[in-house]
Amino acid sequence: MEVTVTVNGTDYTHDVEPRLLLVDHVRTNVGLTGTHIGCDTTSCGACTVLLDGVPVKACTVLAVQADGCAVTTVEGLGADGSHPVQAAFKEEHGLQCGFCTPGMMLVATALLEENPDPTDDDVRWAISGNLCRCTGYMNIVKAIRAAASATAPVG
Amino acid sequence: MTTIPKPTTPPEIGGIGHSVKRHEDDRLLAGQGNFLDDHVLPGMLHMAILRSPVPHARINSIDTSAATALDGVVAVVTGELLAQYNLAWMPTLSGDTQAVLATDKVRFQGQEVAAVIATDPYTAEDALELIDVDYELLPVITSPQQAMADGAVVIRDDKEGQTTNHVYDWESGDAAETDAAFAQADRVVTLETHYPRSHPAPLETCGCLADVNSTTGQATIYLTSQAPHAHRTVFAMVAGLPEQNIRIISPDLGGGFGNKVPVYPGYVVATAASLVLQRPVKWVESRTENLISTGFARDYYMKGELAVTDEGRILALRVNMLSDQGAFYSDAQPTQFRAGLFHVVTGSYDYPAAHVKCAGAYTNKAPGGVAYRCSFRITEASFMIERLVQTAAYELGIDPAEFRLKNFIQPEQFPYETPTGFLYDSGDYPTALRTALGEVGYEELRAEQARLRDEGKLMGIGIAHFTEAVGAGPSKKYDILGLKMIDSAELRIHPTGKAILKIGVKTQGQGHETTFAQIVADELGIPVTDIKVMHGDTDNTPYGLGTYASRSTPVAGAATAVVSRELAEKAKKIAAHLLEASDQDIELANGQFSVKGTPGKSVTIQDVALAAYTNLPDGMDYGLEGVHYYDPPNLTYPYGSYVVVVDVDPETGVWKVRRMVALDDCGVRINPMIVEGQIHGGLTEGFAKSSMQWITFDEEGNCIGSNLMDYLIPTAWETPRFELLATCTPSPHHPIGAKGVGESATVGSPAAYVNAVIDALAHLGVRNIDMPLLPDRVWSAIQSAQGSSA
Amino acid sequence: MFPSKFDYVAARSVDEAIAAKADGDDVRFLAGGQSLLPMMKTRLATPAKLVDINPIPGLDTLERSNGTLRVGALVRHADLARSDLTFGAVASAAPWISDPLVRNRGTLCGSVSHCDPEGDWNSVLLATGADVVARGRNGERVVPITDFVTGVFTNSLADDEMVTEVRIHVPAGNAGGSYQKLERKVGDYATVAVAAHLELAGDGTISRAGLALTAVAPINTKVTAAEALLTGEAPSDDLFAEAGELAAQASEPRSDVRGSAEWKRNVVRVFTRRALGAAAAEARAPTKG
Repeated sequence: MEVTVTVNGTDYTHDVEPRLLLVDHVRTNVGLTGTHIGCDTTSCGACTVLLDGVPVKACTVLAVQADGCAVTTVEGLGADGSHPVQAAFKEEHGLQCGFCTPGMMLVATALLEENPDPTDDDVRWAISGNLCRCTGYMNIVKAIRAAASATAPVG
Repeated sequence: MTTIPKPTTPPEIGGIGHSVKRHEDDRLLAGQGNFLDDHVLPGMLHMAILRSPVPHARINSIDTSAATALDGVVAVVTGELLAQYNLAWMPTLSGDTQAVLATDKVRFQGQEVAAVIATDPYTAEDALELIDVDYELLPVITSPQQAMADGAVVIRDDKEGQTTNHVYDWESGDAAETDAAFAQADRVVTLETHYPRSHPAPLETCGCLADVNSTTGQATIYLTSQAPHAHRTVFAMVAGLPEQNIRIISPDLGGGFGNKVPVYPGYVVATAASLVLQRPVKWVESRTENLISTGFARDYYMKGELAVTDEGRILALRVNMLSDQGAFYSDAQPTQFRAGLFHVVTGSYDYPAAHVKCAGAYTNKAPGGVAYRCSFRITEASFMIERLVQTAAYELGIDPAEFRLKNFIQPEQFPYETPTGFLYDSGDYPTALRTALGEVGYEELRAEQARLRDEGKLMGIGIAHFTEAVGAGPSKKYDILGLKMIDSAELRIHPTGKAILKIGVKTQGQGHETTFAQIVADELGIPVTDIKVMHGDTDNTPYGLGTYASRSTPVAGAATAVVSRELAEKAKKIAAHLLEASDQDIELANGQFSVKGTPGKSVTIQDVALAAYTNLPDGMDYGLEGVHYYDPPNLTYPYGSYVVVVDVDPETGVWKVRRMVALDDCGVRINPMIVEGQIHGGLTEGFAKSSMQWITFDEEGNCIGSNLMDYLIPTAWETPRFELLATCTPSPHHPIGAKGVGESATVGSPAAYVNAVIDALAHLGVRNIDMPLLPDRVWSAIQSAQGSSA
Repeated sequence: MFPSKFDYVAARSVDEAIAAKADGDDVRFLAGGQSLLPMMKTRLATPAKLVDINPIPGLDTLERSNGTLRVGALVRHADLARSDLTFGAVASAAPWISDPLVRNRGTLCGSVSHCDPEGDWNSVLLATGADVVARGRNGERVVPITDFVTGVFTNSLADDEMVTEVRIHVPAGNAGGSYQKLERKVGDYATVAVAAHLELAGDGTISRAGLALTAVAPINTKVTAAEALLTGEAPSDDLFAEAGELAAQASEPRSDVRGSAEWKRNVVRVFTRRALGAAAAEARAPTKG
């Protein structure tokens, strides 16, 4: 089946099997490997992308379901690290191995759109679908709060 | 002296003590990490492994014809085929053998039986369903006790002369001295506990991309490996490929925690397949495969006895341990030590006698045991002694903090030789514990606990004071498969004053590209951002034994400091030449070489670097580089005091952490920010294991915990917040006084959480609940103690 | 890891969806897919065809009308968690369905149709009362939730029928509800959960009580004995404790890796008391308007 997905602003058209998972489509056909695979039971969130702006687990969406949709991956946050969420993660040591980080950052980006001034609990709740094995979440929460402060409207 | 030393370099140089932001973050934050599965090679094929659904069975036949016929399948490999190349079995890191693909029997649920190589991963998985295996079920052994019982079915009937399921015996300490001390005791405190099976489960699973080219003779193997050089040597031995033609590239790793130390059957099959098919073969395991078959952690049954006086002095310790090794003995641990460093179980306390007796058994489960930040079984040991000490305090009616303070090894006793042969290098335990207790408000909490008890509410304060033993290790005692546990650093400074450092260890998130550069920056004054660190590619890094058991900073970090100092010595001579002064009069500080007593005369390290290629004194070799292989004189001994406060709901047994205060002393901290991150991660692992995260088996040998719905990794919502403190007692024998910290919190914290919950119930007479402290277990303990039934 | 092969139809209307479902054997609807796709990835489910209803317009109705909360087939759990239109046990349960990412895709109607005894929504609906609207080739019919859930992963839909919406009964007067869920971590199914719904008469006594249990019986279970006990009585701790006893007796938990049957039964008792207490407190609170 032919699907056209707009990934980080660029259209990609491919002929795919219905069973192809969106995460495999992004990694293999579109060729963006920043979105990761960490489990096989929809449990870990390493595969998180924004589907029309909404964070979803790309391992539990079919590529054919994303036909005509906009997908944002971590690469869409930019390559120079200047996105406020990226900058905050670096400043606050919000990553160690970096495998869960793309998912965390995309969830953070969506959270801050909806709630520009989240509390620690708001942040922990928002990322409770994303597992991290390295950081114990402390600095991830710090980073997301810092990103919120950095993007807070002035005055 | 326990105060934290201040950095001696300015932030622009970023030497030791600065929380330099990480170099590796730039690519990871942009989604440009190079993880194993991100690699694509032309003509690449994909491999999937068929695994046994049953835990113990004879294989009568395997029919692969339907799988082979599937469109897109290039080859199907069985053990029978591998046997023709002598590859059906491989050596393990513990001197045993392990099946690559099963030939005669399967010995654990999830064991590798066949492999499909296809043009894409989906097709490979389709083909697995078409392979028909005829299993003849055999009796199943699901515990080491069952394994050691008379008449138990022999799992390893492949081994000549193996008539039981016994794997090893090992002991340490002095039995006679210990018995004598026990005879003197007023009381013997006993604790039996099972440290359940757990799994490192790094977020990135294991995998391999093997590219063997017979024309060039080169085997390039991308591997999720924490020890690429050791793996290269093992590959050379197992596959018979010449070692100079094997290049192991361990790329960005999405966590390791010991899971990426063993050599897995998938690696061998993928490499063999690539050799035969002459195309790259990629194998990336699923999470289920990772949990059910790769190196698990723990599974020790321990009984501890503490001989004490009524006044609360420890006289001696006796420990008996039986380990569940799974179907193959494949632990990565120093050869002489069959139970790793478990004999450090004497802990942080001063007493003259101990005896530790260990045995291991085969069971119908995945092989492993040494993993998950265990520091070679120190997680198990530390848990045992801290739980035992807590129990002793209750039985003697002494406050658990007081009991520890009374028995601590005192600062003036270091270096301290323990009854089982460790020489602890330095420490100030009383300051650590008092500081942590002060921070948490221990006295007030005890008063609150008393008040709450009157209201029928349950609140507990748990303490753990652990001593680690890391940085394996001195060549006299430590080797893995004969390879001495040295590690290395190779440093080269370029004409423009920039540097490249190549190390033998392999980061999986610990930030080596930043911290190791900081060591060089500290010694030579080259700005940390001018130093590139390379790791993981065996073709261009010096030989090392890899990163696990918190050994990177103690061993490779030491090598880095030593080689930097060697270059500093040569640099001083070059500076003397440039400054027309005598070698002895040159001083180096923050990258400036100056002449003693002559202010205003100086050259920079950058000037010296250029001179190393353009303007040298007669007789001196050009270039500015060196390599050092460091053989540590001793292990290092980081330690900590952890205090956890919990509230327990007596109606349901659910418990919540109210506070977690963690004081760590790991000697000098290269990068405090990174050290704290390591500790956060370990404290979370301790919480996970104490509350929910375990692998267990039902009576039929089915693995429960083979996917993330059953193997519970806490989210940010359940995970407590942590309050970190620090003291610093440098290691006297380490070149920069650092001790390493990667595994400390995983080692020390489980006992703190468990002690807290037990403390909440101690007044009811509860003394032990095995991990994980499921609400049911807590509730049942309360019911039993109160003598009521539901 | 990957589903087996299947055909795929993206339906643009309910009629097209129903026709595609009826065309062939082993055809399933795909809405959120957060229960179905994981089962397909482990190959526990291997449908020959999936009919995707996501493109169908008009299925995302979330509104109050005629004393019901209408929840269309494409209303996601996250929509309910965010909405001001929810109440009582519905509002209490919504944030606790699975995890935030799954809530962004999964649907209430999908959950209800799935009939997983460890699923939360069916207990909530059994407590509040609800009707399931199903459309098939023979037209539309309305099935009370009590008739809809017939067994483990089994509902009363005919082969050609699709759930287009669920209508949750909205109480008229003072009412309150609560969903007490014991989960081992976010994203885990309930170990034990209790849905409580209370409506109070003018004199403060309970005019209607709904109580249902998750994960402690073969299917989500309405505790009719407890409901009968509560009806007509004044709310009190002792009354709720008694109801808890009845709920515990009505449950049939199994001992497993989560805990023993005895302990689960105890949690049913405790959570029933707490859920009813919270429901009563909400019912007596001044209306938010």
